[in-house]
Amino acid sequence: MNTMSEATKLHIESPKIWVKNLDFYYGSLHSLKGVNLQLAANKVTAFIGPSGCGKSTLLRTLNRMYDLYPGQRATGEILFNGKNILAKDQDLNALRARVGMVFQKPTPFPMSIYDNIAFGVKLYEKLSRSDMDDRVEWALRKAALWEEVKDKLNNSGLGLSGGQQQRLCIARGVAVKPEVLLLDEPTSALDPISTAKIEELVDELKIDYTICMVTHNMQQAARISDYTAYMYLGEMIEFGQTDQIFIKPQKKQTEDYITGRFG
Amino acid sequence: MNAVPSEITAKEMVQPISQEALAKRMRWQRVGDFVAHRVTMLFALLVLLLLVAIMASLVLGALPAFQKFGFGFLSSTTWDPVGEEFGALNAIYGTLVTSFIALLFGVPVSFGIAVFLTELCPNWLKRPMGVAVELLAGIPSIIYGMWGLFFFAPFFAEHVQPVLMDTLGQLPYVGGMFQGAPMGLGTLTAGLILSVMVIPFIASVMRDVFEVVPAVLKESAYGLGATTWEVMWNVVLPYTKAGVVGGVMLGLGRALGETMAVTFVIGNAHNIDLSLFSPATSIASTLANEFAEASGELHMSSLIALGLVLFFITFVVLVIAKLMLMRLSKGEGRST
Repeated sequence: MNTMSEATKLHIESPKIWVKNLDFYYGSLHSLKGVNLQLAANKVTAFIGPSGCGKSTLLRTLNRMYDLYPGQRATGEILFNGKNILAKDQDLNALRARVGMVFQKPTPFPMSIYDNIAFGVKLYEKLSRSDMDDRVEWALRKAALWEEVKDKLNNSGLGLSGGQQQRLCIARGVAVKPEVLLLDEPTSALDPISTAKIEELVDELKIDYTICMVTHNMQQAARISDYTAYMYLGEMIEFGQTDQIFIKPQKKQTEDYITGRFG
Repeated sequence: MNAVPSEITAKEMVQPISQEALAKRMRWQRVGDFVAHRVTMLFALLVLLLLVAIMASLVLGALPAFQKFGFGFLSSTTWDPVGEEFGALNAIYGTLVTSFIALLFGVPVSFGIAVFLTELCPNWLKRPMGVAVELLAGIPSIIYGMWGLFFFAPFFAEHVQPVLMDTLGQLPYVGGMFQGAPMGLGTLTAGLILSVMVIPFIASVMRDVFEVVPAVLKESAYGLGATTWEVMWNVVLPYTKAGVVGGVMLGLGRALGETMAVTFVIGNAHNIDLSLFSPATSIASTLANEFAEASGELHMSSLIALGLVLFFITFVVLVIAKLMLMRLSKGEGRST
């Protein structure tokens, strides 16, 4: 048994998502190499690593977003609640309704704030007007945006500030009541105050959701995640509890990256 | 490089330019700017001037007809070159109905083509399909006219019109639109040929605007579990609506003004008939058919007046498009 598997071995009781021997290819480019990972339910797991190390790619396999693009494929297994989502018969829309995603740049739809939230809900549920109103309010409160927008629900989502737009996108993801939320550098385009708000939000959301986020911000990973995975060149170098990774990493490589002595 | 603090390096790098030379250069630059400004303005004004000139000559030419018939010119269905009685309603009706049919079939098909090309088409097929659509746009309209007259119309008369008569023709209310002699020439044929002609325009504009929709916007809709259709209809289409409406208007503009192809297949009869099978006429085809042999001053003037009406219809269509866009952006809540 080599040291690499030691460093990535961590047993989690009944993981929400269990990635086993995942390989990923962009055409002929082999960009994830034998990744193993367990995501604990109701915890925040952070993916860190230099640009191009495959952390966003890994995130995009978890809701099979890569499937939109021909030539991208994954092999291995990803068990979500015990079922392999890489299987051919997996219903993608149903999967994505249960595994929500928020992107680096806020992406409000070109419609009102209300409709931005209601859009995803309408895809799967037939709600009466008043139930929908309640759901929209619930989601906006979850995303700590309600107080700021409650008087202008019919205005365009495009009119909000960047931080508000990002929280709108989180509310939109939350509104469909997924089980897992994937956050792809959700704060890298935001100012420090909006960032702080979103970090607080992530901390509250993990009570109900399993959260997985990619970040370039080491402090952010240390602040809000329970588990941290360090990746480099498509490989999972080290995975463990965040405290351990940041205080006493097992691998020299991880330590170098965290302390900024990388490269 | 700029703002080198050391005097020595600055001297070494550039020979200081003398004050006079600099002033001379600046003067020339100012002259150049001035000339460029005036020349470009002249070109821009030329457009305005041409527009006004065309309008003026149309209005002047149409004056005798309007003096004679007044606004009755627009509502009269008489078109009698021998008796010198002219009314524009036949041609206006034909123009509007054929254009409407063109859009009715052309817009959904174009949307389908654009969705397929941007979202569903495998990569190896994208280029050939895109080129095919663009080639279709490049076919001269006379070819469409000939094809319509010699191939499409006989086929339509023999195989499609009888079926339409037996099915849609039996319905209450709309049945009358699908009855009559199945000759192959007429409003419906002209409308269908027009729809084939506008499809490449609308489809390629739609494809272009769909292609600039940011991938993350689509991904975030897919990420909520939306299907391709839901993403296209609810996210991509609202995001690109200005471009889409623009494309449709481009198509409508072509349909309204199309002359050759319509002249070949519309039948060129000055009448208004409920049946879409019966021959009719459009403004453009009336002009093409009759200008050469217009004898009297009144006939000529009435034809020019028809041109003016076409001009006006196109203008109104543009205005409606603008208003529609404003209403659409209100509905999406962009205005506060």
